Amino acid sequence: MTIVYEDHDDEAATDVPVRRIKFSINGKKMVAEVEPRLLLAHLIRRGLGLTGTHMGCDTTNCGACTVLVDGRAVKSCTMLAVQADGHEISTVEGLATASELHPLQEGFKEEHGLQCGFCTPGMMMAAKALLEENPDPTEEDVRWALSGNLCRCTGYQNIVKSVLWAAEKLRS
Amino acid sequence: MSQALDEIKIGGLGASRKRVEDNRFTRGKGNYTDDITLPGMLHMEILRSPLAHARIVSIDTSKAWDIPGVHLVLTGEMMATRNLAWMPTLSYDTQAVLATDKVRFQGQEVACVIADDPYIAKDACEAIDVEYEQLPVIVNPIQAVADGAPLIRDDKENQQDNVIYDWEVGDAAGTDRAFAQADVISKLHLHYPRSHPSPIECCGSIADFNRATSKLTVYMTTQAPHIIRAAVALVAELPEHMIRIISPDIGGGFGNKVPVYPGYVMSILASILLERPVKWIEDKTGNLISTGFARDVYLDGEMALRQDGKILAVRMHTDADHGAFFADAQPSKFKIGLMHSAFAAYDIPVAHLSARGTYTNKAPGGVAYRCSFRVTEAMFFQERMVQAAADDLGMDQAEFRRMNFVRDDQFPHRTPFGFLTDSGQYGKCLDVGLKAIGYEDFRRQQKESRARGRLLGLGISTMTEPLGAGNSREYDILGIKMFDSAELKIHMTGKAIVRTGARGQGQGHETTWAQIVAHELGIPADDIVVEEGDTDTAPFGMGTYASRSTPVAGAAIAMVSRKIRAKARKLAAHLLEASEEDIEWELGRFYIRSAPDRGVTIQECAMAAYSNMPDGMEPGLENTAYYDPPNLTWPFAVYIVTVEVDPETGVWDVLNMVAVDDCGVRINPMIVEGQIMGGLTEAYAMANMQFITFDAEGNCVGSNYMD
Repeated sequence: MTIVYEDHDDEAATDVPVRRIKFSINGKKMVAEVEPRLLLAHLIRRGLGLTGTHMGCDTTNCGACTVLVDGRAVKSCTMLAVQADGHEISTVEGLATASELHPLQEGFKEEHGLQCGFCTPGMMMAAKALLEENPDPTEEDVRWALSGNLCRCTGYQNIVKSVLWAAEKLRS
Repeated sequence: MSQALDEIKIGGLGASRKRVEDNRFTRGKGNYTDDITLPGMLHMEILRSPLAHARIVSIDTSKAWDIPGVHLVLTGEMMATRNLAWMPTLSYDTQAVLATDKVRFQGQEVACVIADDPYIAKDACEAIDVEYEQLPVIVNPIQAVADGAPLIRDDKENQQDNVIYDWEVGDAAGTDRAFAQADVISKLHLHYPRSHPSPIECCGSIADFNRATSKLTVYMTTQAPHIIRAAVALVAELPEHMIRIISPDIGGGFGNKVPVYPGYVMSILASILLERPVKWIEDKTGNLISTGFARDVYLDGEMALRQDGKILAVRMHTDADHGAFFADAQPSKFKIGLMHSAFAAYDIPVAHLSARGTYTNKAPGGVAYRCSFRVTEAMFFQERMVQAAADDLGMDQAEFRRMNFVRDDQFPHRTPFGFLTDSGQYGKCLDVGLKAIGYEDFRRQQKESRARGRLLGLGISTMTEPLGAGNSREYDILGIKMFDSAELKIHMTGKAIVRTGARGQGQGHETTWAQIVAHELGIPADDIVVEEGDTDTAPFGMGTYASRSTPVAGAAIAMVSRKIRAKARKLAAHLLEASEEDIEWELGRFYIRSAPDRGVTIQECAMAAYSNMPDGMEPGLENTAYYDPPNLTWPFAVYIVTVEVDPETGVWDVLNMVAVDDCGVRINPMIVEGQIMGGLTEAYAMANMQFITFDAEGNCVGSNYMD
């Protein structure tokens, strides 16, 4: 990311320290030069233009920014971009292929698991991490796995059903 | 033999059609305000007051200006030179955009920085030095009206105290007489605490002023884009045709995205000054401590009762804490939000209500959180008073309700506080609920369990909701009448686009609006696209809040569809070479009454509108309708919940829940059920103390999701 500043006076512009990192995003290898303080969520949203990862609270509470880092669900507002160096990141944009939705995406649509849609990408990514570890979860397992993700629209019932729908489809 | 289409198959009324918007939302391809990037866009951050009430001694922005990448630092003083330090609210009050004289609540906007990058803007905010002189703080209505209370709104001429309004309705003398004859008087003092609608997406805007065209485009998180356009035209004195408000996908609203916030205004001014797009995205703490909160109302309620259980009269006084600025939306003629929608379902001979609103050193608001004009508070007070009265009389609460309900044969009914309701079956609704929960069995079970130390409880709530504002005779916002609109364009191949003046935030308008057109015209819902939220393309409407979109904008869609059908009938007559009077309609098709096999589809009529219209007919198949409802609709419901309380810890758990709603025709049953489940969870959250609390210094102690 390049930032061009207006030259307010004759002093040399303050050096913004940057670090070069290498990582993969949805299977694609990338290099980025980032400020050490840049949040991973901002690298994903602003640097990579993948706006499906939403930011709801900036404080690791709401889970809207959940992505997978090496397959584990991580709230990307709470991880620095430099910490992603050498790791594999997956976002909601990597779930579907051009022609086919991921069963989680189908499940959320089938079971009316979303309303405004803002929490949905985070919910699906957290659920993906669960299903990869536990393909046959109970309702309780799903609730536990999603307990770090907040939704203000649906009341969660249908979100749980959506994940169970996807689990069943993935098993068959 | 009828060749009418199967309405469910084409996604008409009653179809649990899967949602259209889910296709993009599940792919992460929604388009929320923060997802939009414009060329040359700058970023704005707001510096907020750490104190609840303090005089501003000085603001030093020099260090902020020195940070590379900073383009503009705005303070109240600079806003004042452009006459923008204050703005009008939706309730005829004023609100500070940036504080000039003093700060009046913690989190109030004091300065803002526009920079290349939000990180730089945040750094610069921290580099601003503000010197404050603390003032005594008021955090509730009791303090606000106490003798010697400091005056919060010393900026307003003629404002001698902290009272915003002192309003009454009903028959005070008649109520006094009825109380004098009561066998029992039941009294209740309650506080419905402050809470926050708290959509997951915070508020934000991108203002883009183009000097070359003089056009201002604002992308923003608003539930009512047309109202914003009118407000910007009036406040910023820009010509209305040069203002375009676009409300992209909204990540939840619940009433929080109705008011106009200072951040929107600052981003607009910054874009005009800098001639570049300026984005402002609030953080969660900013959202929770400064934007439209809900509730925070105290009740003193009294009920005059006859020994046999008949309610003789009701007396209510409410004290509402509106924060430092009165900024919720309130119809000016008929103040629907001041609790007097209470007791619509009950046959109360005489009643009196006084409602007082006060300024305090808390964030402005008092918005209707997930309801119509604060009916949630009104119903909460009503049902708690009913419950308390039944307890005081030693009566069964269900029986007490049934005895006092307005009977089915008493409609139209004038409620004790002046509303007119047209229908209701409150007793039946209650009976359906009691049967579903197994009321008698549960009472037995409860008794037995208590004997063994297990605590079971049952709660009943009845409600009537005044929703679907207007009519325009009685309901307006800032004088703008409350109606709504729809525009429908049928393309030549029979596909269509419908636009309304509403703006959904997750209710599924893109799905259900198409179902209404499908019902009226027989065009499959999948052939209809729905668009909302762009004031340059959508017809004028009042937006989506107060449970009004379906009864008003939805009705406008049905109306415009019927206009289209009337023209299509003429086209059908032309195509069938028959007289219009001989043409009949069935879903999707016109036919000749005497020869039902001879017919044309709505799609064939659409094609003819562009390729084969009769002589003298205006081409095209498009129209617009504005719907001004005759009255509010008054849906009703009974909710019954059974719970178990842990006697050691007080923790409770829901055992069973029954919701009986009369919501009229269900356009999409799946979405209706989804809305009920979502609302219920919010109700449980409130019952589990989802409050925003303040300490004595006015510090908000619930300023993030952890607290």
